[in-house]
Amino acid sequence: MNSPDPFSLALSLIATRDPTLWSIVQLSLQVSLTAVLLASLIALPLGALIALFRFPGRGVVITLLNALMGLPPVVAGLIVYLSLSRAGPLGQFGLLFTPTAMVIAQTLLVLPIVAALTRQAIEDLWEEYREQLRSLGSGRIRAIPTLLWDARITLTTVVLAGFGRASAEVGAVLIVGGNIEGVTRVMTTAIALETSRGDLPLALALGLILLTLVAVINGTAYLLGQASSRHMQ
Amino acid sequence: MPMTSRSANPVNGVLVELNEVSFIRSGTAYLDGASLALRPDGRTIIVGPNGSGKSLLMRIAHGLLKPTHGRVDTGRPDGSPLRQAMVFQRPVLLRRSAQANVIHALALAGIPRRSRREHADHALASFGLSRVAHRPARILSGGEQQRLALARAWALEPEILFLDEPSSALDPAATKAVEDGVNTFHARGTKIVMVTHDLGQARRLADDVVFMCCGQIIERTPASRFFSTPVTAAAAGFLRGELILDTGPPASGRGDGGASF
Repeated sequence: MNSPDPFSLALSLIATRDPTLWSIVQLSLQVSLTAVLLASLIALPLGALIALFRFPGRGVVITLLNALMGLPPVVAGLIVYLSLSRAGPLGQFGLLFTPTAMVIAQTLLVLPIVAALTRQAIEDLWEEYREQLRSLGSGRIRAIPTLLWDARITLTTVVLAGFGRASAEVGAVLIVGGNIEGVTRVMTTAIALETSRGDLPLALALGLILLTLVAVINGTAYLLGQASSRHMQ
Repeated sequence: MPMTSRSANPVNGVLVELNEVSFIRSGTAYLDGASLALRPDGRTIIVGPNGSGKSLLMRIAHGLLKPTHGRVDTGRPDGSPLRQAMVFQRPVLLRRSAQANVIHALALAGIPRRSRREHADHALASFGLSRVAHRPARILSGGEQQRLALARAWALEPEILFLDEPSSALDPAATKAVEDGVNTFHARGTKIVMVTHDLGQARRLADDVVFMCCGQIIERTPASRFFSTPVTAAAAGFLRGELILDTGPPASGRGDGGASF
């Protein structure tokens, strides 16, 4: 078989603005970024709350969150699949095999990572700030926005770790999305499919594009963090 | 300002009154039956050996810690809360600009948004920090950071200011700036309550001296008398630089910052 070199294939796919490729890339970013946004909106305040308050079962919650950081994507996918399937509790909404279902599954994967790492970061910062903030009249609830803002550099890295998990996983989106061409096919599921079909150069080309995308997003965030820490220590 | 364990307003003109206050943790009395009335006038300097409970006493008076026994009364005769502020040994500054640090404090104090910036700039100017107002607070020098902590307190217009060894980590020039700052507050009529290790500083600033040892207030004497003829033998020994061996609670594991509580 005279297979083309994956690098030039990747380049030609990008250069020709292959519409199929473009829609896959777009959907991948859309699903993962939405999931990270939703997960962060919940997990940042949640992590801060767990950091600042003592309540019965707190240790169990922290252990659970830490354990869920390693939740296998296929298991998350299975849980969402069961919930969204016709017989499931959310079956009536007909969300299975839609991008929405993929967003839900990835949110479930990202949420524990962001919450657990935020909890740690905010707890350390609270240790440092507690007396001063209390002296200034800040209660714990009021301290949450203060602490989240002051931990912004660490938390950017935390959110990026969440994005890394979302954009890299294949199990969850495959189960709840179904890898339907033009509807729920994303980069990782496309790579899995092309590999199993034996079109390795295409799979590799897609892999290269995915890697580049992730690298660019992380690089941008790193530069932002650098600039910010230079100015804000 | 923290309002925990506050009950009645103290009698005529006293800002904060500690009544037989103790702080006991797992059988050890870190503070043992201390009573102290802080009136609006003057600079009260608290001295004593390490582990004598100075910082703890101040944190309880400020409301950062609840005493395990006894009562802390604070407030004004009309029932409105007392405006207080505290400057710590090592300034705790937010990871923002100097100006944003002051603005944050003003926001917590409930100052309307539109006037915060003006208040903040005024306070920064009072402590010679206008030039660095937009610099990140955490990259300022140690002396500038402590002056920023003073400016932040200044913006809150406190009636009583607590200071916990505010210059112990600073060089003489920065120490001088902190002492000048304390006197600026004093001139505005703010009650000063300050813990220091530096007897020279106590001499320079004190109107009256509270001498503590072993979790108790041993004596409270006007500064003019304390440094020449203290009432107690313990204070006399302390002034002579004798080592006072702590017979009270173990000082191990806790610095004088008292931060471990």
